[in-house]
Amino acid sequence: MNQLIAKNINVWYGDNHALQDVSMIIDPFQVTALIGPSGCGKSTFLRLFNRMNDYIENFRMEGEILINDINIYDPVVNTEELRKKVGMVFQKPNPFPSSIYENVAFGMRIQGMNKKSELDEVVETSLKKAVLWDEVKDSLKKPAFSLSGGQQQRLCIARTLAVEPEVILMDEPASALDPISTSKLENLIFELKKSYTIVIVTHNMQQAGRISDKTAFFYMGKLIEYDTTKRMFLKPAHLQTQNYITGRFG
Amino acid sequence: MRRTKEKVIEKLLAASGLMTILTTAGILVILIYESSRFFIDVSIWEFLTGTEWTPLFSKKEFGIWPLLSATFLTSLIALLVALPVGLSIAIYLNEYANRNFRKTVKPMLEVLASVPTVVYGFFALTIVTPFLQQFIPGLAGFNSLSPGIVMGIMIIPMISSLSEDALFAVPRTLRDASYGMGATRFQTVFRVLIPSASSGIIVSVILAVSRAIGETMIVAIAAGQQPNFTFNPLVPVETITTYIVQVSLGDVPRDSLEYRTIFAAGMVLFLLTFVMNNISLWLKRKYHRQYE
Ligand SMILES: Nc1ncnc2c1ncn2[C@@H]1O[C@H](COP(=O)(O)OP(=O)(O)OP(=O)(O)O)[C@@H](O)[C@H]1O
Ligand SMILES: [Mg+2]
Repeated sequence: MNQLIAKNINVWYGDNHALQDVSMIIDPFQVTALIGPSGCGKSTFLRLFNRMNDYIENFRMEGEILINDINIYDPVVNTEELRKKVGMVFQKPNPFPSSIYENVAFGMRIQGMNKKSELDEVVETSLKKAVLWDEVKDSLKKPAFSLSGGQQQRLCIARTLAVEPEVILMDEPASALDPISTSKLENLIFELKKSYTIVIVTHNMQQAGRISDKTAFFYMGKLIEYDTTKRMFLKPAHLQTQNYITGRFG
Repeated sequence: MRRTKEKVIEKLLAASGLMTILTTAGILVILIYESSRFFIDVSIWEFLTGTEWTPLFSKKEFGIWPLLSATFLTSLIALLVALPVGLSIAIYLNEYANRNFRKTVKPMLEVLASVPTVVYGFFALTIVTPFLQQFIPGLAGFNSLSPGIVMGIMIIPMISSLSEDALFAVPRTLRDASYGMGATRFQTVFRVLIPSASSGIIVSVILAVSRAIGETMIVAIAAGQQPNFTFNPLVPVETITTYIVQVSLGDVPRDSLEYRTIFAAGMVLFLLTFVMNNISLWLKRKYHRQYE
């Protein structure tokens, strides 16, 4: 697994210049946090890495995103294959209206894998990796909606892990969760970074401080500062960063 | 002065509301009354199990099945046409077409539903049947196939429009989840969107079938007037609705057993559509709750 590289990225939604000349190198097997006030382009930047912006009308971009030395916006790149390598966890838990088991098996099934023994195994290991197995092992046939919000979010993570991605993108994954579920999720993220490269958007400064190795601060479509989380929080180079982190605006 | 005027208007509105309710209740009461008089002379058992329907002949039989089978058969053919086409349109408009295309095509589809049914009936009899006869030599001049197909065309907009609404109501987040997992558009449609919208799609099907069951003109014109207990789509048949028209327009004496057959038949028709509409209402309420 190599670095994720964003090179001179510009993004427009119609006339709105949402990202302005952003370049950034994201290290493998680390947690990188994207912070900044609402509307500064964090989600837009995150969604570049699995091309989820492609569905948005009026979306236009310039620049390159390199994953394993391949520009993923090259026309020859297959977006379905890309998204198996670069998984995503969304702000609101979004399990499918099917059973817990089927949710985790989804990624395997769409790849044409229907052998029960193998599915069983993948479902179990994925749920274990997402630290949900013990809570649901006796109710795999139950609808996913019957789980609590925090459990649903870990289920969505298990679903993502089942297709063995290399990168996991998370867009404010804890914003809909209570404090206990949030801390469970943070512990999980800490575990996952041993095997995956994680990029996470968060509005919660303490959370960024607790879980991330590096932090990027965005402001009005520009990457203002990008450094190790420790340095960013102790001695930010820019006044804007300091003001934001200490809660003086945003 | 103004106050009395408003009072009068309010009273008028209330009266017209009351009128509608009373009319509906009146129809229902007459339907029940007349059909219960019918069932004094003919046993319910004979009516519900008999496969001969000859009330207008000298040797009278009162088995509803010939009419019922014709109603089911024409409706089934209509559904076989309308479901795949209607659902494909809904999927296309929802997942593939761009917004402008959707905006222009949807109202155009509704036009299909506003063509007078007598035109459809004529179309079935004079164009579709002769056309089909070129390929199906055994096809009679009156048959269930061609009115069934034409009725299917008529109910396409019901299925496509309601299914499209149901697909549209599937939360954006589920699409994101599916695409985010590396699913193709096709997989997203068939593995996520359709299952999530299934109750809405079923509602559209039930309402469309219920419409087909009650449809009169098309079958009266193109399916024939021969009570015939068969599921062969190539031969003349007579649906419940056609029979009711036939007797209403004919010279059967008003207060006779023959005349009361139409109330018994009408009762069956009413119960069928009533049950279907209620199932769809119940399902609708159920799926509205699902995403709250
Ligand atoms: N689907 C869209 N269509 C048009 N403009 C959009 C769209 N999504 C985002 N934008 C615009 O792009 C800019 C960046 O939005 P983005 O969602 O990336 O911000 P964000 O930092 O994630 O904000 P938040 O913290 O509120 O989630 C904003 O000005 C926003 O209005
Ligand atoms: Mg965002």
